[in-house]
Parts: sequence; C-alpha cells; structure tokens
Amino acid sequence: MNTVVASNKDRDLAAIRSLIQKHKRWDAMFGILGIVCLMVGVLTLIALFADMISTGGQRLSWEFFTNFPSRRAGQAGILAAWVGSTLVMVVTAATAIPLGVAAGVYLEEYAPKNWVTDLIEINVTNLAGVPSIVYGLLGLGIFVYTFGLGHSILTAGLTLALLILPVVIVATREAIRAIPQMVREGAYACGATTWQTVRDHIVPYSSAGILTGVIIGLARAIGETAPLIVVGAVTFIAFLPPASGTGEPAAGVFDWLFADFTVLPIQMFNWTSRPDANFHANAAAAGLVLVLMTLAMNGLAIWLRYRMRKNIKW
Amino acid sequence: MDNVMLREGGVVMGASTSDRLKKKRLRNLRESFIESLLFLAAFVSVVTTVGIVYILVSESLNFFAEVPLVDFLTDTQWTPLFADAHFGIMVLISGTLTSAGVALAVALPLGTIIAIYLSEFATFSVREAAKPVLELLGGVPTIVFGYFALIVVTPALQKIFPSLPGFNILSAGLVMGVMIIPYVASLAEDAMRAVPMSLREGSYAMGATRLQTALRVVLPAAISGVASAYVLAISRAVGETMILTVAAGSQPLLTFNPADSAMTLASYIAGVSMGDLPHDSIGYKTIFAAGLTLMLMTLALNIFGHWLRKRYREVY
Repeated sequence: MNTVVASNKDRDLAAIRSLIQKHKRWDAMFGILGIVCLMVGVLTLIALFADMISTGGQRLSWEFFTNFPSRRAGQAGILAAWVGSTLVMVVTAATAIPLGVAAGVYLEEYAPKNWVTDLIEINVTNLAGVPSIVYGLLGLGIFVYTFGLGHSILTAGLTLALLILPVVIVATREAIRAIPQMVREGAYACGATTWQTVRDHIVPYSSAGILTGVIIGLARAIGETAPLIVVGAVTFIAFLPPASGTGEPAAGVFDWLFADFTVLPIQMFNWTSRPDANFHANAAAAGLVLVLMTLAMNGLAIWLRYRMRKNIKW
Repeated sequence: MDNVMLREGGVVMGASTSDRLKKKRLRNLRESFIESLLFLAAFVSVVTTVGIVYILVSESLNFFAEVPLVDFLTDTQWTPLFADAHFGIMVLISGTLTSAGVALAVALPLGTIIAIYLSEFATFSVREAAKPVLELLGGVPTIVFGYFALIVVTPALQKIFPSLPGFNILSAGLVMGVMIIPYVASLAEDAMRAVPMSLREGSYAMGATRLQTALRVVLPAAISGVASAYVLAISRAVGETMILTVAAGSQPLLTFNPADSAMTLASYIAGVSMGDLPHDSIGYKTIFAAGLTLMLMTLALNIFGHWLRKRYREVY
C-alpha cells in the first residue's frame, strides 16, 4: 500500500517536472524566436546598406554632387536633386515649424474645453493616418490649380509642410505636457500673462522635445517621393532655380520659389526605373546619400531624446 | 472711490494711473491677438482636412459625371487612358488588397513577436539597443525600399521561383512588410509595457512561465493597443506608394495572386501623375476618384480602429 502511494507521488513529481521542463523549453524557444524576428529587421537594414555600397559606392565622387543628370550614366550627377531637396526643405521647415509649434502651444496652453478644440484634436490624429499620396492630390488640386502656384518649389514645400504638421504638433504637445504645472504657477504668481509664460518659459523648456519632433518630421519629408510626383516634380532637369539677383533680367528675391524642381528621392526613382543597369549604380549612390541623410537626422533625434531624458529632472 | 483718490492725488498721479491702465488694456489686446493667431495655426489642420475632402469629392463628382458609378464599381478592367476606356476600380482594389495582404502576413506576426520579446523577455540593454535600430529601419525612405525590392529581393526570389516576373506583388509586399514591422513592434510594445506590473506578478506567483504570462495575461490586457497598432499597419500598407510603383509594375490586373504584376490605388495615382496630365482630362479626374477610394478605405479603417479601442479598452 505504502509503496503504491510513494510510486504515485514519484510519478506525479516526475510528470510535474517534465511539464515544467517543457514550459521552460517553450520559453527559451520563444526567446530565440524573438531574436530571430528582430534579426530579420536588422539584417534587412544591413543588406540594404551592403547592396547600395557595393553597387553605388564607387559612383560617390565630387562630380556626382556637382553634375546635372545626363543621358550617360557615368556622367550623371545629383546637383539639381540635392539643391531642389534643400530648397523644398527650407520652405517646408519655414512653414511647418511655426505653424506646428503654434498649434501645439494653442492646444496645450490656451484651448478651452469645447467642441472646436475636440474637432481640432480629432483632426490632427486623423491627418496623421492619411496616406501621403493623398496629400499630393491636395497639393495638385489646391496649390497647383486653385491657387495657381504651378509645379513649383513652393507647392512642393507647402505640401510636405502639411504632411509633417501632425508630427510637429504631436511632438510639441508631448514636450509641453512634460513641463510641471509649478513652472506655470510660478510665472503667473509673478504677474506674467499667458503669452509671457509661454514665450519665456514653456517654449524654451520644451525646445529640445520640439526640436526632436521637427527633425523626425523633416527626415520624413526629405524621403517623401509620392506626393511630389503627384504635384509635378520634374524627373530630368539640367538647370538650377534662379538665385536672386542673377540672370538676365535679374531674378527677384523669391523667384526660386516658383521654379521647376526635382528632389533626391525622385532622381533616385527615375534612375531605378530605367532598364539600363548602369543607371542602377547611380540610383544606389543617390539612395546611399538619401539614407545617410535621413539616418543622420533620425539618429540626431534619438540622441537628443536620450540626452533629454538623462538631463532634465524637474 | 478710485475717482476720489485720483482727484486728491493730483495731476501727476492721475496721469501715471491712466497710463498704467492703458498699458494693461494694450497688454490684454496683445494677448487676445496672439491667442487668435495661435488658434488660426491650430485651425490649419481642420482647413487641411476640409481641403482634402473638398478636392477629392469635387474632382470625383466631375469624374462620375462622365463615368457611371455602376461601371466604376463593377467593371473588371481598368484602362482609363486607352481608346477603349474601362474604369473598373475593382482592379486597383484587388492589387491594393493583395499587396497589403502580403505585407501584413510579414509585418503583423513579426511585429507582434518582436513586441512581446522586447516587452517581456529582453534584458534592458537588448531593448535599449533594439529600439533605435527599429526606429532607424522605420526612417528609411520608401523609395530606397522600392529600389531594394526591385534590384535585390526580386532577383533573389526568382532564384527560388524561376517563373516569377520581373515586376511582382510578392517582392514588393515582402519588403513593405519589413518596412511596417517597426510601426507594429513599437506601438504594440508600448501597449504591453503599459500593462501594470501587478498583473504579471500575479501570474508569476501562480507558477506561470514568461511565455504563458505574455500570451495569456499581458497580450489580452493590452489587446486594444495592439489592435490599434494593427489598424495603423493596415492603413500604412494600403496607402504605401513608392515600393509598389517601383517593384510591382504598372499592369492593371484583376488578381489576387501575389506572383502577378499589379497596380494599386496609390501606385496608379503616382504612375499616371508622372506623365503630363492636362487639367480637366479624364486621366486627371481618375486620380482623384482613385484617391477618394483610397481615402474612404483608410477612413473606414481608422473608424474601425477607434471603435476597437473603445470596445476593448482595459482601464487599470
């Protein structure tokens, strides 16, 4: 009788142990699965880089940055593209930063609790989910044809500004929300107005967070292709926008805003879609420049956020 | 009372007081002026939405004045620029759904596993290293992914499936899936990390392993956040343009076979816009009709996501 109980106990114990072992194995297997999945992402990133460096690395020379596109792959460069990208980014930044920061400040510091505020907030959330190509249609219908701005740098910059506006607004709001209430109370107690509080305290203290959002937004804008194709970027362009005061008759200060343009991603798209493999090397080189630019911007944003988290203790 | 004091205080005192009052009125005026400026900036987002809806609907109405809605919804061919023009949007929708399907078959499982791993399994240092890498992956421009799909992934797939055409949905969809992984992973991880520690502790105290805790306690508790990550992933997959324009070709086929070349709503818009599109041509109107369809699809998804969040939200 006793031995039966004991052997039953042993059997149960053995069963439980093997069950535990089994579950622990599952645990370990999932840990490995997690790393494998993570590696899929990391390896894709590495493969992307390896291919672009091996295909396009030797095309990266000084001439590549100072030549216009050409029918001959070996002589083609990205001068028009990077100048265009820079100018479009200037317009985008000049529009999106003031608008986005102002909107974020309004929603956090001024907005009363009513339906208009709710409407604005729902709008910002929904706009973040609108596909980028739809912004292109907005730019084409409104800026190009309704306002008559043409297929210009100004149109492209404004379209991209609307595209990244939600990013800037959300980043501004988050940065402002992190400022403790006592800062505002202190300022009000000294008799400051809302605007004085915002100007002298809220915006300066949240500037690192705002900057992070702005950089991420601009990094997204610089890589955007689809909306700019829709608003009519040119794929083959062999001149630069007129610098103010040059040319005959002399170009005005803002004439470059209305010039035809191309940008880096569109140049890359153009080269990628040609059947001639020599142009693929150019595409890889342009892609390398583009990726390094966006990675540098994103990296800067990540670093800024990391530093901010470490340094600020209210 | 004030008046009396002013009169007694004499001219100098009176002048300085009214100056002060004037300054305050000026100050209030400036304050409300600034407030209305800031309000206008915030209102730009509403204007943007109105602009999008207005331009899509008005140009689509012009389109539907020429093409009956029934043809648009039931025709099985999409050849708007041919002499024998057909406007069957089903063709573009089938391409959109197929490519999104391939992408999501990659992004949702991998993204979820990565999220569970980072939130429940990974050590602090692994997590701190992995998150920036994922963020960088998410920051790569889509045109670069398109190049990668066409030049690297498609030839590699052709070694496995020799009959695969040079332009196909499969390669574009797979790369698009990898592109979407970071979005799913980071949003789902945020949702899981927001689940309170006490729930996990309770589970561990009952003798559950990490995997059991993750799958049976944390994931169900975070389901509304995970679901909204999925919804975002779907709407990104549906709206993605450049990868498909570059790697999936420009043949409008009514197909659900990933090995075919196909056109999606977004890649049609981009592809047609590249040529010279005269304002008021039928081609110009079709891109707005396609845009409206795309917008309605993402809007439906967003509303569904909103409903899902509300329905399954767990509050601790």
